[in-house]
Amino acid sequence: MNTNLQNTTSKKASAYSFSSLSDGLLRIFIKVGVLPFFLVGALVIFSVLSSHFLSFQNLTNVARQSVYLVLVSLGQMIVLITGGFDLSVGTAIALTSVVSATAMVAFAGMFPDLVWVVILLGILSGFGAAVLIGSLNGLGVAQFGVSPFIMTLGVQSVGAGIALFITGGVPVSGMPYEFGNFFGFGRVFGVPVPVLVAIVSIAVMWLVMNRTKFGAHIYAVGGNIRAAHLSGVDTKRTLFLSYLVCALLASLAGILLTARVESGETNLGGTIALESIAACVIAGVSLRGGIGRVENVVLGGFFIVLVQNGMNLTQVGSYMQMILLGSLLILAVILDQYRYRRIVGEQ
Amino acid sequence: MSSSKTPLVEMRDISKQFPGVKALDGVDFTLESGEVHVLFGENGAGKSTLISILSGVYPPSAGIVKISGDEVDFRSVHDATDAGIGTVFQEFSLVPTLTVFENIYLGSELSRGLFIDRSAMVLGAQKLFEDLGFEINVRQRVSKLSRAEQQMVEIAKAFHFKADVLILDEPTASLTERETEKLFSFIRNARENGVGVIYISHRIHEFEQIADRITVLRDGQLIGTVVAKGISEAQLIEMMTGRSIGEVYPKIDRKKDGEIVLSLTNVHAWGVNGVSLDVRAGEVLGIAGLVGSAKSRVWRSVIGLQPVKSGTVTLKGVDVTNAKTRDLIKRGLFYLPPDRKNEGLQLSASSRENLNLSILNRSEIVSRIGLLSPDKKKQLADEIGERVGLSKTYFDRTVSKLSGGNQQKVLFGKGFGEERDIYIFDEPTVGVDMGTRAALYRLMKEITESGKAVVVISSDLPEVMNLAHRLLVFSNGKIAAELTGKDVTEENVLKYFFAELRATA
Repeated sequence: MNTNLQNTTSKKASAYSFSSLSDGLLRIFIKVGVLPFFLVGALVIFSVLSSHFLSFQNLTNVARQSVYLVLVSLGQMIVLITGGFDLSVGTAIALTSVVSATAMVAFAGMFPDLVWVVILLGILSGFGAAVLIGSLNGLGVAQFGVSPFIMTLGVQSVGAGIALFITGGVPVSGMPYEFGNFFGFGRVFGVPVPVLVAIVSIAVMWLVMNRTKFGAHIYAVGGNIRAAHLSGVDTKRTLFLSYLVCALLASLAGILLTARVESGETNLGGTIALESIAACVIAGVSLRGGIGRVENVVLGGFFIVLVQNGMNLTQVGSYMQMILLGSLLILAVILDQYRYRRIVGEQ
Repeated sequence: MSSSKTPLVEMRDISKQFPGVKALDGVDFTLESGEVHVLFGENGAGKSTLISILSGVYPPSAGIVKISGDEVDFRSVHDATDAGIGTVFQEFSLVPTLTVFENIYLGSELSRGLFIDRSAMVLGAQKLFEDLGFEINVRQRVSKLSRAEQQMVEIAKAFHFKADVLILDEPTASLTERETEKLFSFIRNARENGVGVIYISHRIHEFEQIADRITVLRDGQLIGTVVAKGISEAQLIEMMTGRSIGEVYPKIDRKKDGEIVLSLTNVHAWGVNGVSLDVRAGEVLGIAGLVGSAKSRVWRSVIGLQPVKSGTVTLKGVDVTNAKTRDLIKRGLFYLPPDRKNEGLQLSASSRENLNLSILNRSEIVSRIGLLSPDKKKQLADEIGERVGLSKTYFDRTVSKLSGGNQQKVLFGKGFGEERDIYIFDEPTVGVDMGTRAALYRLMKEITESGKAVVVISSDLPEVMNLAHRLLVFSNGKIAAELTGKDVTEENVLKYFFAELRATA
């Protein structure tokens, strides 16, 4: 240990391992993106600043809270992979909430004894609202070639207007007690129902993206829409369905949120468009389309909620949180550009 | 001005390494003032890379560039322009939404006080075009111009900078004969004034008209520089390909009286003015013509990429006029697009992922519960990869990092995912090295001799002339001639290239 010879060799060894370490890190970055680095960074910073952060209870809490964002991010991911994005996911949530709550109240008056039928009809009505939103987006982007930015921005306003029109801005209450009790706070085998819903959705989405033609077509359309067309892919249908599935996943999150707050609210999902895009980009979904993985996006959604939770625990104010979240998104996009160039090997 | 001892341009031992490809390997090149020096070689031989280095698009990986004896290190195209090197690139560098004169003066706008002096720029641009002998309305928006006119604007733009060195990358590819003649007299004029011209072209017959020296590149290496006077076409082709013609193009057996599988009757479409033809099984149909002759557009109408206005397209007895692309594919048509980067491949995906897209409709890959089996998919994609001769090490590699030849193999492979009856290859070997080309031609032979119909559309004359059993020459949206057997000569083909143009001029 203390001879000169050993000293120099160990120095050499450490220099060597340092360069191979940075090579390895670069390879991880190219392969999966910034997420592992952000995640490790967040875990280190917040566990230093708050002793409560790494506790089992807090982490399960984060897992439960992240359900909604994860669901929306999965939908956002599909649309991002096709090379677009969806700014109207927040509206899909709000409209679902308002429509399903209003429907439940109305059906409850009609069939007061059939509680579960009322709940089911309410949920279906909520999905119906999402089908409307998703179809509008899909039609505009796929059929009429409107840029996704303008189309979903417009639909976001349309949907928000409808939601306010239905309710007059007043929260809708008086839903069956069982709805909130089960979908908001219920547990099956000790696992919260929203978490179960999320797990099933994640599994289904993984299969859709990795094991179905539809999934393969989504990647193909985002990778090169003209090549996909010439390979016999129905690109319009693929785009349309992508926006539809995105709205439906947001709608599912909307149902769960409505059950959680036990009323139909027009202001649910206000910031979720930004958050879901951030979750996806941080998780390595390329804004240029064609690249992105379900499992990483789930972690991306989890990461955003983890950071928010950490900032709450360390008493970072909500205004400051907005600044940090926006900055994080921009940083992730800058790193994504670099990563895309490395993958595609542009000059 | 410059003595004969110091050449205008001297490039020594130039190498350029791209990810996965060595585009140039120790190439020397010199240009004297007052000479027209032709760069000759196949697509992918390194001609474009060499002039890109000289014009400052990117630096060489190794080697020295001297201009009039002084070593230079260009960081940008702007640097090169300042040093008197004007380049007309193959890909147009015009802004389509701006007018002609705005493009000419882009980056060097004339101004009076605080404001741009539009009238001075209009006059200057008009003078420039007058000097060049081109007729053009300089207030016209570039997007409204034909490709030939855009080409002229490009050339005018290069001249506007008073270049000592003028680089022309395939300038005649989209010009008519008359426009070409104008360009040549203009080049001769520039040569008299001491300008050095680097001229890239595939058209051997042009060389005797304007070339002083010819430098031949192959696979990134310098094969030699020769004096243009007295060199034969066969010698040049052998220098270019490294082998005699017979070794490259296989002899493809033609099926006697193959049935008609695809038939066009008086098809009119955008740029297509009434085309009737039959495609037969077991036969290679060659399609030649200039840019804008509709040689490619006809087939894009057939495959549903642009509408057929009138006329009918019949596929195996069924009327498929204006059918959807994916339905035509299901009915056994395969179309290999000419632009593999924009229309053919998903650049950010691996070779295998690209091949996977073509096998999604195969029943073997769907498991009992209706999901796709990744193992089966991989197995089928790998079989295709092997069939087209793609090295196993490339299966998982991102397609954008492969060489042009290997990318083209992947693109070909997409045609073998399912059984097809008709293969339409639009520019099948653009930017592909000789070895790969020979391999791709063997695949075409295999397809044809198994009784499929093959259509080869190509700007590369030797390619269509050697592969086709029947050769259709397109001109001005129509079929100008059908050539077979001994009639298939370069002279004949070129004659018909301009047939319609002459008739209408």
